[in-house]
Amino acid sequence: MARSTGDDAITLFHSLRSAYTATPKNLKIIDLYVAFAVSTALIQVAYMAMVGSFPFNSFLSGVLSSVGTAVLAVCLRIQVNKENKEFKDLTPERAYADFILCNLVLHLVIMNFLG
Amino acid sequence: MATGRRSGSRGDAIVLLLLIVAAGSIYTNATNFQPVSDSHRSAAVEIFTPVDGSFESIEETYEAVQTFKILGIEAKPDVRVTACTSVSEVLGASSSPLKELFYALKVSSLLKCDGSQFEATASRLKSIPSNAKSLNDLYYSIAALVLIKNQSPEADVLLDDADGVFQAIKALSQSDGRWRYSSDNPASSTYAAGMALEALAGVISLATKDIGKSRINVVKSDILKLFDSIEKYDDGTFYFDDKSGTVSSLATTSSVVQGVTAFASAASGTLNLPEDKILGLTKYFLSIGIPGDAKEFFNQVNSVSCLENSRVSIPLILTLPATVISLTKKDKLKVKVTTALSSRSPPLSVKVVSASISGSKDVSVIENQELVFDEEGALHVLDLPASIDVGKYIFVFEIVFHNSKDGKIYAPGGQTKVPVHVSGTIKIEKFEISVLDSDVGSIDTQKQLNFETENDVSLDANHLQKLRLSFQLSTPQGNAFKPHQAILKLKHEKAEHIFMIGNSGKHFQVILDFLGLVEKFFYLSGRYDIQLTVGDTVMENSFYQAIGHVELDLPEAPEKAPRPPLQSVDPFLRYGAKGEISHIFRSPEKRPPENLSLAFLVLTLLPFLGFLVGLLKLGLNLKNFPSASVPAMFAILFHVGIGAILSLYALFWLKMDLFTTLKTLSLLGAFAMFVGHRILSHVASSSSKLKSA
Repeated sequence: MARSTGDDAITLFHSLRSAYTATPKNLKIIDLYVAFAVSTALIQVAYMAMVGSFPFNSFLSGVLSSVGTAVLAVCLRIQVNKENKEFKDLTPERAYADFILCNLVLHLVIMNFLG
Repeated sequence: MATGRRSGSRGDAIVLLLLIVAAGSIYTNATNFQPVSDSHRSAAVEIFTPVDGSFESIEETYEAVQTFKILGIEAKPDVRVTACTSVSEVLGASSSPLKELFYALKVSSLLKCDGSQFEATASRLKSIPSNAKSLNDLYYSIAALVLIKNQSPEADVLLDDADGVFQAIKALSQSDGRWRYSSDNPASSTYAAGMALEALAGVISLATKDIGKSRINVVKSDILKLFDSIEKYDDGTFYFDDKSGTVSSLATTSSVVQGVTAFASAASGTLNLPEDKILGLTKYFLSIGIPGDAKEFFNQVNSVSCLENSRVSIPLILTLPATVISLTKKDKLKVKVTTALSSRSPPLSVKVVSASISGSKDVSVIENQELVFDEEGALHVLDLPASIDVGKYIFVFEIVFHNSKDGKIYAPGGQTKVPVHVSGTIKIEKFEISVLDSDVGSIDTQKQLNFETENDVSLDANHLQKLRLSFQLSTPQGNAFKPHQAILKLKHEKAEHIFMIGNSGKHFQVILDFLGLVEKFFYLSGRYDIQLTVGDTVMENSFYQAIGHVELDLPEAPEKAPRPPLQSVDPFLRYGAKGEISHIFRSPEKRPPENLSLAFLVLTLLPFLGFLVGLLKLGLNLKNFPSASVPAMFAILFHVGIGAILSLYALFWLKMDLFTTLKTLSLLGAFAMFVGHRILSHVASSSSKLKSA
């Protein structure tokens, strides 16, 4: 039984990988960006766990910056994805402009809170 | 013999306290009141000084002029001119308040100013009393009309409805003798009672028909009820207090005195006020001495003058110009009897009923002795009997009139008690100092002292011996005398010690047993200066003398001996800088070691590098970058704009504040939005063209 589960996992992984290569390039860029942002957030949390949360506002703003930009990137991905029927009428350029604007506002707030 | 006296300071304090308590109880009811005199006149000139020739208000002008008149001071001519000018100004103005008209008329009657405006003023004022609702209005209008009547008798000022006005004023009275200010104000006041009585007196003098006797008797009984509420101090002075607290007791008492004396003069028949209260009121005013305030001065002098000139009994004040009589100078006892304003008294003689030492139950030294009248000084003089001794006495005086009728007009006030000090020279005899061997008491050294000249004896003693100082004090009559202070002081370089000298009868002696005092002296050997103080208020030759010194040999101080008290610190040190205070701050938070932080900084930047690498691996390209010049420029500008905004954020974190950042951001943001809109719409349109094509 264990071996079939292990085999199933490997099969699942291979099928996901092949499916993923079929995604358009711009979506892969966005996925990479999200991975980058989330990993930055994780490293910051690990650092805080090690040294304590003394300037707590700085920690919060750092983590929220990474997580926020990841969230906005996810929204962008949803809007730009051609297979998503809901956002058919929304041009990708418009979605991109929204992404940029929201990021700028987020970072203004983050910089203010950074202290 | 008891071991020497303990440190004298505590004993000294107890003696002092007892003396103060005794003095307090002796001197109640025994005080010396001075009547109004020349020092009052010079003070009045100083206090009532006009500024640039005129006073601040017409009220102050009146107070100054009236005070000068009572004291007999001539007002300067320019003061008179300016005062009369302000009077005619006030009388001429049609809107002057009643109070100012009243004061203006008062000044005019004192200075005899020109009376041409009286008719007009009288016609203005005549209708007010019948319609007035408040006590103030009634008082000022009636008083003003009376003043006009006194100055120009032909003016039409008489009240037709005097009875009605009288009743209106009476209606405001209370059952305890006080008065209310108006019918809607329930608060009553003694000050208002004085005003009301004066107003009633004014009504009586302005009435065309006589006011009924019954009405006047009702007011007289009101006055007696008012006098029931009089208050008293221990020294025999009486005063009135206004319970409302807004008016001082001096002003209240002045108001009542003015009102009562005015009513007594205006009303027919007699007003029987108790004599001791009249005298007590006069003494109250005199007890102030010379007031420093203009208003108090006026109240004092005016009230005293009212009492003196009234139909109620005139008080007589008995004073002693000097309360210390010296036996050595053979002073005589001098007594002065005058009225409160220092005018002459009727023919009378003064008798000393008794004179005894205060606080003792001894028989009095003088009994019923009459004083001789000295015409030139207007004083009553007595030679003190030869047997009188020094001390603090209380003399009791009594006044006897030569004319028995004077007894009804004047109020001498029964017996007056005055404290008198009789001082003299005290004889000191058998003044000697000696060093004795202890236990046996045999004399080691003995020196005679002379207290008239300086002494400088030099003695030696050790801790096994005693020091004895003794003398005898006697009064001029040869009696024993106990001075207030008899103190011996031994002064060393580092410490000083004080001892009281006790007595038995005439003999004063103090014995210092060094064996018992070794510890008190802090085991300090060396030279001790000896100082003696003997003094009293009735001793004319009190002295403080350095007698000499004694070389004292005391044993060594053991380990635990008390140290002498430290010398006083240099005053500059006391006010110098104090020690530094170290503040305890909140301990700073633990920060991670720098290396760890730097390592994590690098670690955080790694994902970014990973992102860039991934982008390259994915094959990021710039194929869609517009090639035509205008869109290209817009594209570049768009990226520049975003870069500028991000660098603005960096600058914001580093040094700028939010408001300047927002200002710049709004500019940059608008720019970036404009440019971005252009380029993105261009890209969108080109991609849609591509799609459709």
